[in-house]
Amino acid sequence: MISFQKVTKIYSPSSIALSDVSFEVKQGEFVSFVGKSGAGKTTLLRLLCAEERATQGTVFFEDQDVAKIPASQLSHLRRKIGTVFQDYKLLHSKTAYENIAYVMEVMGATDTEIARDVPGALEIVGLLSRSHHYPLQLSGGEKQRVAIARALIHRPEVIVADEPTGNLDPYHTADIIRLLVKINELGTTVILATHNKEVINHLGKRVITIEEGRVVRDEERGKFIL
Amino acid sequence: MFTATLQRIVRSGWEKFSRDTSSSSAALLVMVIVLSIVTSLFFLQGVGSFLIQSLRESVDVSTFLKDSAPAEDIEALQQSLVALPEVKEVAYVSKEDALVQFMERHKQDQVILDSLDAIGQNPLLASLNIKAWDPASFGKITAFLETTPLASIIQNVDFHERAPVISRLAAITSGVRTGMLGGSIFAGLIAVLVAFNTIRLTIYSSKEEIEVMRLVGASNMFIRAPFLLQGIIVGGLASVITFTLLVPLTLFLSSKLETFVPQFSLFEYFMNNFFMILFLQLFVGIGLGVLSSLIAIRRYLKV
Repeated sequence: MISFQKVTKIYSPSSIALSDVSFEVKQGEFVSFVGKSGAGKTTLLRLLCAEERATQGTVFFEDQDVAKIPASQLSHLRRKIGTVFQDYKLLHSKTAYENIAYVMEVMGATDTEIARDVPGALEIVGLLSRSHHYPLQLSGGEKQRVAIARALIHRPEVIVADEPTGNLDPYHTADIIRLLVKINELGTTVILATHNKEVINHLGKRVITIEEGRVVRDEERGKFIL
Repeated sequence: MFTATLQRIVRSGWEKFSRDTSSSSAALLVMVIVLSIVTSLFFLQGVGSFLIQSLRESVDVSTFLKDSAPAEDIEALQQSLVALPEVKEVAYVSKEDALVQFMERHKQDQVILDSLDAIGQNPLLASLNIKAWDPASFGKITAFLETTPLASIIQNVDFHERAPVISRLAAITSGVRTGMLGGSIFAGLIAVLVAFNTIRLTIYSSKEEIEVMRLVGASNMFIRAPFLLQGIIVGGLASVITFTLLVPLTLFLSSKLETFVPQFSLFEYFMNNFFMILFLQLFVGIGLGVLSSLIAIRRYLKV
């Protein structure tokens, strides 16, 4: 489903984010990327969403070279991917409810469908009572949960989560990871980038370890080893 | 589906306008100022054209006729002048009328009036006063008078004495007109650039949001449409505000302006050009709003 073939990303000669990275992710897999800060995890996810272009190598999504998708068609790729960004990337002029509803609007959902699904998503992430609050009125953890609900709401083929539990307390962390596992069990591919050792060890799923922009370990039932 | 999308776009555009009150108010204020400048330039053109026209109309050339000129020849000359396309009107002033006008003009000057009495008869000549559509064509009219078969009844034409003044006046009015047009275009351009940059700044503050919209899979049109609508709202609302302010303002200024430019009523000019001004404001306001939104947003849709 997703394939990175000899991908290198160089921002400047002194800043090589990824170097000759190759791996494949099958449909329905749950893959975690671990590595120190600056190892290249976020760059890897940005390349998949076509937020960045690889300097060398190719990134395939469903046999399509992501770099060759014209800018006007990128929206089709991104609608298949639900992304939880490290910095949340919420729309500040919209409430928590509207942020989640926006993705459904983009997908062409009807108002009835939006009114039916959004409160449910907010309830799952424990924010139903905060649904009419703007991002500036929410804590870091709450913003992160809105971002998670937004990534899940349209039932994408792949969920890409960049440190989705970074600002969450252990209680909410466990909830979110349980949710991701459940979604994965229903057939959605999940790609998770995290620092959280406990989460990785608890998952018992495939783990790809990245160090200084290179894949140093790729284990089917991996552990958090740095 | 289309109606639902349209409804969402309209709602989203209105939300953008109504929620970001500081940016919207700034854009609205600047747009009102710009539309006021554009409308003022329109009025200025109106006042200028009126003044130039009045000045040009005040220029006339007198053709003095010999005392012996038969009435039918005078009539024939007058008709042949009226038939010229350059001539606007020709008025016959008899010897008697010329004397009355002369005495009226010099009623304060006793020496002149005494001199007239001393002569004992009316020394003035009958004349044909010619007004042209364009003062520049007096040369052509004079040439006609010099070559017409009725030239024998003409004593003289005062064009040659007044030619330098007339040609200078023609040059001044034409220069003023060009200057006014150039100045208006320049001022209009500056105003348009200011409005354009204000809307660009408003959209710049939404740069991050546009990027997020792209990343969650919104199509360019889905992102662009609410911004365009916001531009339409700002432009349209600014037009309505400016137009509403114009009614009392022109009414107030009209009487003040009449002191300097008699016979020109600003309010009347406004009412006569009501739909033209309304259209101009809506066209400039909405056009600017949409165009600057389109150009500004294009830069941020490349994520």
